[in-house]
This record gives sequence, C-alpha cells and structure tokens, in this order.
Amino acid sequence: MSGKSASREEKAARIRRLLATEGESVERNTQGFNRGRYEAVAELSDYEGLKDEARAIKEDAIERLPELIERVRESVEANGGTVYLAEDAADANRYVREVVRDADAETVVKSKSMTTEELEVNDALAEAGAEVWETDLGEFVLQVADEAPSHIVAPAIHRSEADIATLFEEVFGPEEPLETADDLTRFAREFLAEKIREADVGMTGANFVAADTGTLTLVTSEGNARKSVAATDTHVAVAGVEKLLPTFEDVAPFVELIGRSGTGQSITSYVTFLTPPGDAPTMEFEGEETEAASEVGGENDREFHLVLVDNGRTAMREDDQLRETLYCIRCSACLNSCANFQHVGGHGFGGETYSGGIATGWEAGVHGLDSAAEFNDFCTGCTRCVNQCPVKIDVPWINTVVRDRLNRGAEGNFDFLVEGLTPDEESGGLDLQKRLFGNFPTLAKLGSATAPVSNWLARAPGVRALAERTLGVDARRELPEFRRETLRKWFENWESRGGRTRGRGERVGRATGAADSRAGVGTGDARTGAETGESDREAVLYPDPYTNHVAVERGKAAVRTLEALGVSVRVPDLPASGRAPLSQGMVATAEARASAVADALAPHLDAGRDVVVVEPSDLAMFRADYRNLLPESTADRVAEASYELFEYVYGLLENGADPGALRSADPDASRGAGDASSNRVAYHAHCQQRTLGLERYTTAVLERLSYDVVTSDVECCGMAGSFGYKLEYYELSLDVGEDLREGFAGEETVLASGTSCCEQLTALRDDETRHPVEFVAPR
Amino acid sequence: MTTTDLVRRFEREATDAGCEVRRTSAENFRHVVSELLEPPAVGAPLPFDGVSLPESVETNPTAADLEAAATGVTPVRFAVADYGSVAVESTAAGEEAASLFPARHVAVLAAGDVVADMPAGIERLGDVVRAGGDAVLATGPSATADMGELVLGAHGPREVCVVVLEDR
Repeated sequence: MSGKSASREEKAARIRRLLATEGESVERNTQGFNRGRYEAVAELSDYEGLKDEARAIKEDAIERLPELIERVRESVEANGGTVYLAEDAADANRYVREVVRDADAETVVKSKSMTTEELEVNDALAEAGAEVWETDLGEFVLQVADEAPSHIVAPAIHRSEADIATLFEEVFGPEEPLETADDLTRFAREFLAEKIREADVGMTGANFVAADTGTLTLVTSEGNARKSVAATDTHVAVAGVEKLLPTFEDVAPFVELIGRSGTGQSITSYVTFLTPPGDAPTMEFEGEETEAASEVGGENDREFHLVLVDNGRTAMREDDQLRETLYCIRCSACLNSCANFQHVGGHGFGGETYSGGIATGWEAGVHGLDSAAEFNDFCTGCTRCVNQCPVKIDVPWINTVVRDRLNRGAEGNFDFLVEGLTPDEESGGLDLQKRLFGNFPTLAKLGSATAPVSNWLARAPGVRALAERTLGVDARRELPEFRRETLRKWFENWESRGGRTRGRGERVGRATGAADSRAGVGTGDARTGAETGESDREAVLYPDPYTNHVAVERGKAAVRTLEALGVSVRVPDLPASGRAPLSQGMVATAEARASAVADALAPHLDAGRDVVVVEPSDLAMFRADYRNLLPESTADRVAEASYELFEYVYGLLENGADPGALRSADPDASRGAGDASSNRVAYHAHCQQRTLGLERYTTAVLERLSYDVVTSDVECCGMAGSFGYKLEYYELSLDVGEDLREGFAGEETVLASGTSCCEQLTALRDDETRHPVEFVAPR
Repeated sequence: MTTTDLVRRFEREATDAGCEVRRTSAENFRHVVSELLEPPAVGAPLPFDGVSLPESVETNPTAADLEAAATGVTPVRFAVADYGSVAVESTAAGEEAASLFPARHVAVLAAGDVVADMPAGIERLGDVVRAGGDAVLATGPSATADMGELVLGAHGPREVCVVVLEDR
C-alpha cells in the first residue's frame, strides 16, 4: 500500500514539476499547431475522403507487408542500393555501425528520425568512434542539452527561445550574444554547415517508402535532410517496416494530409522524393573541384543503404488490437489535440521514445508494456484525437486495450477494501483505485440507498484521508453528493401523478422528427430504423448512474422537456453502460455491461422506442464504443436507436414541436416565461459529444430559444470522468481546466453537458454549472 | 482550368507560401532574372526554348562556389497550383545543390508546366521517379520554428523567387 501511494505522490510531484517548467512552452506550441490544423484541414475540399483513402492504403500495406518488403528489396537493389531488414535495435545498430566503419566515416550527419531515436543509434555510433550530429535544429538543441525529444514532430517543443539562448551561451560561449530566434538559428546553421561539410555519411529517416520504385519520401521544412544527403557520399536511411507503401502514387493523400495534421501547414517547405542513388553529382568539399557527374553505376555514385527496422512491428501486425498503431504516419495530430499533452508534453505523457496518445501503442509494441505503463493513464479517453488522426486510428481504444493488459499483469493487495463494491469481471490484482472508479455504478447505488449518511461519511476528514491513502482519491476534490430520491424513484411518483398524461396533452402531433434530425443538419447519417409509424413517439430516457443517483435535476428537466414536446417518456431500470470500467481499462467488465444494456434495451427497441441519453459519455458508449465490445449487429442496433438529449430535442423542434413549450430568453415568445436577465449563455460541450459532432444541436436549440450562445474552444475540461479525482492527476486536471475557466471568465451563466464538465467548472468558478436542459425545461 | 487560371492560382498560393512570383516572356527573361541575381550566382542550365542564363551565373560550380553563392538559379520541372509548390528535379546538372545552398533560390517555370493539384503533381513525379530520378516539391523558403519564433532560412534558402515564362 505505502509503495503504491508513494508512487502516486511521486507521480503527482513529477507532473507538478513539468507543469511549472515545460508546460507553458508546450501549451503555446501545441495549441498553435492545433489551431493551424483546424484551419488547414478546412481548406481541403474532401478531407474525410482523403482520410478514408489514406486509411485504406495503410490497411492494405500492412496486410501485404511481407510481400512489400521483398518488393522493395528488389527495387532498391535494381537501382544499386542495399536493403537490410533489421530484427531489432541491436541488429540495426550493428549494421549501421558497419556501414559507417566501411565508409571510414569520422563524422555522420543525421536528419530527424524518430525511428533512430527508438534504436538509440547515436550511442551505437559513438561506440564505433564516429562523431554524430543532429542537423534538425530541434534535435540539435536536444543533442546539445543531452535530452530526449518531448514531441514526435517538434522534439524541442518544451524549450523556449530564452532557454535555448541560455543553453547555447553555456555550451558554446559565442563571441556575440545570441538573443533572438534568428540569432540562434543562424548560429546553429553555421555550426552545422561545417559538420555537414566534414561528414562522410548522411543518415535520414523516411516518412514513406514506395515498394515498387524504392522511392523514399522525406517531409521536412529546414532543408537539412536534403543537405545531409547532397553533401555526403553514403546515405543510410532508417525506417520502420510500416513505412512501406505498395506503389509510389500511394503517397498522394499523405502529402496532402501530413503537414496539415501535424503543424497545421498545408504543406511543409520540402517534400523530397529520393530514388537512390539518383543522378545528382556528389560533392567534394575538401578538394577544389566538385566531382563531375557520372554515369549511373559509375564509381562516383552515392552508396545507399535502406535499413528496414522490425523491432516488434511484425508482432504488432499479428496483434489484432495493436495492428492499427502501424497505420500511424507520426504526424502528431493526436499529441497536439490532447488537452493533457498540451499541459505536460511528452516528458510526462510519453515513454522511452514516443509520446502522446499514439505512443502507448508504439511503446507497447517496440519497448514492451512496461514502457507504456509509465504514461498510459494520461489518456482520459476524451476522444478528441480520434477525428484528428489522418488515418482514423482509434487512439483511445488502443490505450484502453493496453491499460487492460497492464491491469491483468498487475499484482494486487488490499482487495478487501473494495470488496462488495466490485462486482466486476476482472482478474485479481487490479489496482484498487481503478477497481473503485470502474465500479462507480455500484458505489452510486449504495450511496443513494444510504444517503445522507454516505454523504456525511464521505465528507468526514478521516475518511477522505483514508480514501486518499488507499485508493488515491484526492481529498481536495469535491465528491459527488448522492441523492436519496433517485431519478427513477421520482419518475414513478411523477408518472402516477399524471406526468406522462400531461405530456400527451401538449402533443405536437406525430413527432416523426428525431429520426431525421441528423440528416437535417447535414451529417448525412439519415436513419429510418427508429421510425415509430403513426403512433406517438415514445422515448426511453436512459438513467445513467450519475443522472439517476447524483445529477437528478437534469434527469427531471429532461423528462419535463421531452414531455412538453409531446414525447411519451419512460425511465426504466437499465444497467450501467460500462463507461466506468472501460475508462479504467476493465474491458471484460465493460463487455459484460454492454451485453446487459443491449439485452435490457431490446424490448424497448422492439417496441420502436427511441433511447435518449443525457450523459454524453454514455451516449458515446452506445454510439461508438459498443462497436468494440458487442457483435456488430447488436452494436449497430443500439447505436441506431440512441440519441443525445439535445440532438433529440432539436429533431423534435425541426419537425414541428412547439418551442414555446420551453423556457426562452424572449418572454414574448415563451409561454414558459423566460427568467434570464441577460440572453447570453456560455456553453461547454462535452469532448466525446464534440467528437461525434453533436454539440451543435445544443447550440442550435439554445439559439432557437433566443439565447446568445458563446462556446468554448478548449479540447477538454480536464476532468474527464474519474481522471480529476485521482491523486496523481488532480493538479493536472485543474491546470487543464484553467483554460476553460479563463475562456468563460466574466460569463454569468455557464452551461455544460457532461457531469464531469459541470463538476470541474463548478470547482473552478466557484459557481454552479448546470446542464443546458435544466435551463430550458419548463418548470 | 486554362493555363492562365492555373498560373494565377499558382501565383496566389506561392505568394502566400512566401515566394516572390514574376511573370515574363522568354524575350524579357534575361532582364527579369538579372534584377533577381545577387552575385555571386550559381545555377543549372535552362531547358526552355530561347531562354538562357546570364553569363555571370556559374553553371559548373565547385563545392566552394556553392557555399559562397548568394543566388542559385535553376529550372523547375513543374509546379502544383493548389499548393504553390515547384518540383526541383535533381539531375547531373546540379539543380538540387544550386536550389539549396545559396540564400536566394530563383526558380524558372514554364507556364505550360503548372498542374492543378497534388494528384496531378504526384502523377508527374511518378514519371520522374520511375526514370530513376529524384525531385523535391519545394514550397516557399526553408523555415524552422525550433528556436522559438518562426525563422526563414534554416538550412536552405531564405528567399525564393519564381519566374514564370508565360509563353513557354
């Protein structure tokens, strides 16, 4: 126990240190890249089509990988180059060392390559007595500082101009002071120009390798990769086997996507296509004359070695869950769009080499689960990266799978502390903190049954201290307050008092709308499965554990709203969605919950009822995550029938329901009489809701009710379910939330869709944040 | 799209990417290019009919010439209008080095060699690589943001001028 809580505290301290030292620089840079990306992809006429194309090419390439390796060997050898397939890092390093020795190279110049970082090739070359210089300016800074990259595209992103100036001052003691970025760049360029001149071997990575022609594609902006190749006689390119594409032309969508997805540039300054050895003359700096151009195959030709690195990739290809990682083109979109990464960078949210969301897959594959364990929990499953990935990798799912594997490998103790609270499917040894949060629905049920005692107990200082020590529940975070009267209990009384009848009385006629609502705003996802024919529209309001036991008011407001719009509402007893265990990596438990939900919903779906979900993270389970947990047809059926609350309301209004039944900002237009002194509301949509493109419905409904809506542009509130409760992440959660707080500073009315978002905003603003349905529901 | 439309689109995108674009005829080329040359200049011979480099441009440079040069003038194989990119082919004539080492790159483009979009550009590059050639799609000057602010002229040129031969 002490070991575990000590390591939690150590982790918290490490995060605190990163927030203070590197956070600001990482945040400024990643958010800049991220904004750029949104603008740059908006310029594309068919962004989604390009992504589909890119994904299909990678799927095909990885499927045919063994064949492509043979193909590229033939094409490179036909051009006079050599291909070496390295089994692991040691094998690759040994080969590279031999090439460098054979070339009698004293100096090797390198352009940026994450794969060579993975191999730690610089150390291997130093052993062989060669001087190695990183020519990418970011990598050069790290080499001088003796640091590891903190970002896969912009390795020195965590360092500010002032930091670098101090570093150069200390290391090089330049004659003239280096102050501006321009000074620093000039100094580094001149320093490196000399190294490039001296060098005998140029090393590059490769962003893509065409199997049919042997063409390498290098995506760069500085020009250092070009110089490293042009100025040396021996070119060694190191690339993971996953970089192979079947044909040269397959590179087309990637050229359009990679820069946009990474730094938000429509294209980088240089996209180089090399089919070594090529016809360019070699350069001789020591003598006076440039070597004359020679015939292909002549003695002055460049020597070329392509080192294809396996290092765990073949095993990843055979792993149904990790395979997708190999589709990654290392653009960094998932890093830049991640709220947690924006605040700590890759030195916190990263493993031995790779960083950010996708790093879990890479580290688990190339360095093993232990390396991934270090940072896997930084992924909160908010899904903001999912739509940003140009090859549509489900990054949070990979993180969940790896978390599950880590859980299973863990050794446990003190299980008795949460015994009875944990009716889960997990094997012994699962971390207690994860087990507690993964079983939140049980805790909620018990909490409500014993409220107010449970609430009083939870506030008792001794209890909080114990919970912090043993379970890692941060004592500073306000705990949810369980309600004695659950939503379901309230609804039973409401129903018996005629709540549903009242709903019928205000019916707007046949509410056919919600089924068409998505098509109505252009998502193209037209559906007919939920049509209810001529009968009244019937909806099941999903009583998620939070709405049912804690945020009961939003549930009541949802019932009143739907009924006022003519919908007949039911609130049946339904199992928890499986969100809580899924986010802890308890996949088997989540699967069991998903099956239970599908079974319990089946009679309602048979009867043609719609499922309306208040909590966006549960809606995301039904519509997205269940596809990973249930048979396809079952998952489709649940997804087809379920709606986010405001998506549903929007559909009803679009199809003729009377908005006058709801509370409007304009008293004249509202029979419900508006209560707002100002028409302005600030609205923060839940991250998973935004990933699914659902946030616009809430905004549209609020606007229809005459509110002026301002929305947040941060990726995530930082709370993300259980994340902000955890001792090790509490401060990071608040730091991430600070951006949201600042964005809404001065706003009087703040609304948020997710429970966690509401809790986070309430804590940050010291002012109640409510769900928008509480704002528009008739009283 | 007509050639004129493509050139206009290319001009707009290349300018956005930080290039200076000049349009001229083959006849006036010498005059235009002379204005853009900061000596010493190196370059690669131009393959366009009726167009040649001023004599001050060294077309058979040594490595030392390349390092000392302020301007490099090279032909480009084609351009991609949507991106404002020019494709510098790397041949025995030495375009790659001349376009990369000097601080200013003057790229000479025939208006008839502007293609509309990236798929069309990749198709033309396919011809180059299948013939065993190398090429770089260059868009604007060399740049880095690794030292904090964005700086132009990292390892490659700080300035790029594209001279479009409207009648070629």
